[in-house]
Amino acid sequence: MSDNAVASTGEKAGATPHEEEVLAELTAPVPEVGDGGPEMVQLLTPEGQRIENVEYDEYVKDLSDEDLRGFYRDLVLIRRVDAEATALQRQGELGIWASLLGQEAAQVGSGRAMRPQDYAFPTYREHGVAWCRGVDPLNLLGLFRGVNHGGWDPNEKNFHLYTIVIGAQTLHATGYAMGIQRDGDVGTGDEDRDAAVIAYFGDGATAQGDVNESFVYAAVNNAPVVFFCQNNQWAISEPNERQTRIPLYQRARGFGFPGVRVDGNDVLAVYAVTQQALNAARSGNGPTFIEAYTYRMGAHTTSDDPTKYRVSAEVEVWKHRDPIERLKSYLVHTQKADQDFFDAVEAEGDELAVTVREGCLNMPDPTPDSMFDHIYVEEHPVVEAERKEFAAYHAGFTTEGGH
Amino acid sequence: MGTMTIAKGINNGLRAAMERDPKVVLMGEDIGKLGGVFRVTDGLQKDFGEDRVIDTPLAEAGIVGTAIGMALRGYRPVVEIQFDGFIYPAFDHIVSQVAKMRARSLGKIKLPMVIRIPVGGGIGAVEHHSESNEAYFAHTAGLKVVCCSNAEDAYWMIQQAIESDDPVLFYEPKRRYWDKGEVDETAASRPLLEAQVVREGTDATLVAYGPMVKTCLQAAEAAAAEGKNLEVIDLRTLSPLDLDTVAASVEKTGRTVVVHEASTFLGMGAEIAAALQQRCFYHLEAPVLRVGGYNLPYPPSKLEEEFLPDLDRVLDAVDRSLAF
Ligand SMILES: Cc1ncc(C[n+]2csc(CCOP(=O)(O)OP(=O)(O)O)c2C)c(N)n1
Repeated sequence: MSDNAVASTGEKAGATPHEEEVLAELTAPVPEVGDGGPEMVQLLTPEGQRIENVEYDEYVKDLSDEDLRGFYRDLVLIRRVDAEATALQRQGELGIWASLLGQEAAQVGSGRAMRPQDYAFPTYREHGVAWCRGVDPLNLLGLFRGVNHGGWDPNEKNFHLYTIVIGAQTLHATGYAMGIQRDGDVGTGDEDRDAAVIAYFGDGATAQGDVNESFVYAAVNNAPVVFFCQNNQWAISEPNERQTRIPLYQRARGFGFPGVRVDGNDVLAVYAVTQQALNAARSGNGPTFIEAYTYRMGAHTTSDDPTKYRVSAEVEVWKHRDPIERLKSYLVHTQKADQDFFDAVEAEGDELAVTVREGCLNMPDPTPDSMFDHIYVEEHPVVEAERKEFAAYHAGFTTEGGH
Repeated sequence: MGTMTIAKGINNGLRAAMERDPKVVLMGEDIGKLGGVFRVTDGLQKDFGEDRVIDTPLAEAGIVGTAIGMALRGYRPVVEIQFDGFIYPAFDHIVSQVAKMRARSLGKIKLPMVIRIPVGGGIGAVEHHSESNEAYFAHTAGLKVVCCSNAEDAYWMIQQAIESDDPVLFYEPKRRYWDKGEVDETAASRPLLEAQVVREGTDATLVAYGPMVKTCLQAAEAAAAEGKNLEVIDLRTLSPLDLDTVAASVEKTGRTVVVHEASTFLGMGAEIAAALQQRCFYHLEAPVLRVGGYNLPYPPSKLEEEFLPDLDRVLDAVDRSLAF
């Protein structure tokens, strides 16, 4: 696990010159455009060259060519869904959209590392993870179209509802993991039984009290939870340096569990690192913090204007690290995929885009009185009284012929 | 004298306060280069520097908690909470700490801080972006809670809130941010804690604040076309409540409808209705009626028009009141 840089910070007063250097390094501002540093786990270079990594190769060695093509397909299709949703927002069909552009590999790599019995607690941008869990993209669009606040059954695919309040879901994930522990579904050695939880959040979220409390709870309970931080460098307009003074993955150590930084644009590396962390959790070795070092290529949401706070040169640097191009080059020069395959994925993307668009346009508006549904499990007199009042009021309009 | 939006009114008010007093500092998420998600602090970091317009980490408990500390040190922090639904991580600090410190210190310390909160719905947002949570804070002794509804007040009230030596929750009606109005930057303003009759009338009184003031004025306009003459009061201050102004109006009209976006159960309307029946019992021709959001979580945006009080619901309540 690559958390060696914090080996011994020591007491500040008695720090040796070496320790002072370490301290200085740890407290130096985080650069705005970095490459993740030498400690970052990478299996594919931005040019698509496979690099060896003794520790993590093990987790990808069993991937077949078909698996790799499957990753590629996931990346392309979810990017396509995202692009279509962005377009739909521009056309007024969605109130807002939070794009995952640039973060596909972090999501697909981690999503594909999960087993069916694992459980994901997303924030609001995890469209790629939802895709890997088999959640219909239209479910995600419903929230952004304003027809519901989530609506899907989280237990159907073990994919919790999107959480918009920053960081809250990390505590839910930890509690869920504590439940798994109490059910004895950890460390049995049964691959189909042992389960883990993965909590997604952004770099900005690491500042929240909830997230830090979830680290504490996970650590002291040795809960089977993986904290998956997509460090896309920005929390709306605020860069990493406004949230943290040390590389995020190094924080984990202070809480008492391992932290690792992975190239979030390298789907193989993310897959490997997440496999390792989920395995550890499932087998009873407790939490891991993964920092997927990536970049938000687009705006924070469709309401945001990134030109107010960041320079386009930065975006250019990251274009070169595009997760899809990287895997494509690898597949091409290792001849694991041919042009027919790429064309087929492209065509599939076109079809999917049409399905998403039509599905969105055909999504029925909720009936007005549906807002009184599902507020309580048991009948509630106030809700029922208001439901009746609401109905009577609206019936008045039809008999009067409108106001 | 000039015409400006409510957002610009607050921006100019903040600027004036910062120019006047170097101890005024702004804190919040994205308030620097971006100028806040609603651009209310646009340009202020450029002009006053990063020490006075502080982009905070993404942590509301941290924002309010550290603002308390800065206030204890003699600063006058003005914090921005990005959306109403994100105040809750800071709730503990506001109700347990901010509200009580003066009393606990037997008056030895003061906490001159302002917590700005864009409030309310009607902008087609996803959940947690449309909440009306003023009653939680108005219910908490030790806090002042105010809400502006027009550009003139936006400009003046923010400055008065900053000048107040007590902590003030300052609500900004987000769906009215872009509404324009006249602002006289030289005239003296009315006191911060005073309601205002914004339209005179004789048949019934509409009591509102923030985003619903405009709705009520429109309702009054529509009612006038039908020969009903409605008085409209902009509360401006929710805690303390300026009951004198409301009661004077009710004694004149005998009928009151309180309108707000928040759910009616234990909302501001409940307090106003209770207070009026105690104070103006013999002047009331009809029970005080409330029009508010239903007692439900704020619904998905496709339903918000059904949820939020509109002209029709206000007029319907007026008819019911007049029918007594
Ligand atoms: C408690 C809370 N405060 C503020 C917000 C408003 N907000 C939404 S997203 C966001 C930035 C999140 O940044 P980060 O955690 O890095 O995740 P990213 O969106 O970049 O994936 C903010 C401030 C919120 N949703 N919740």
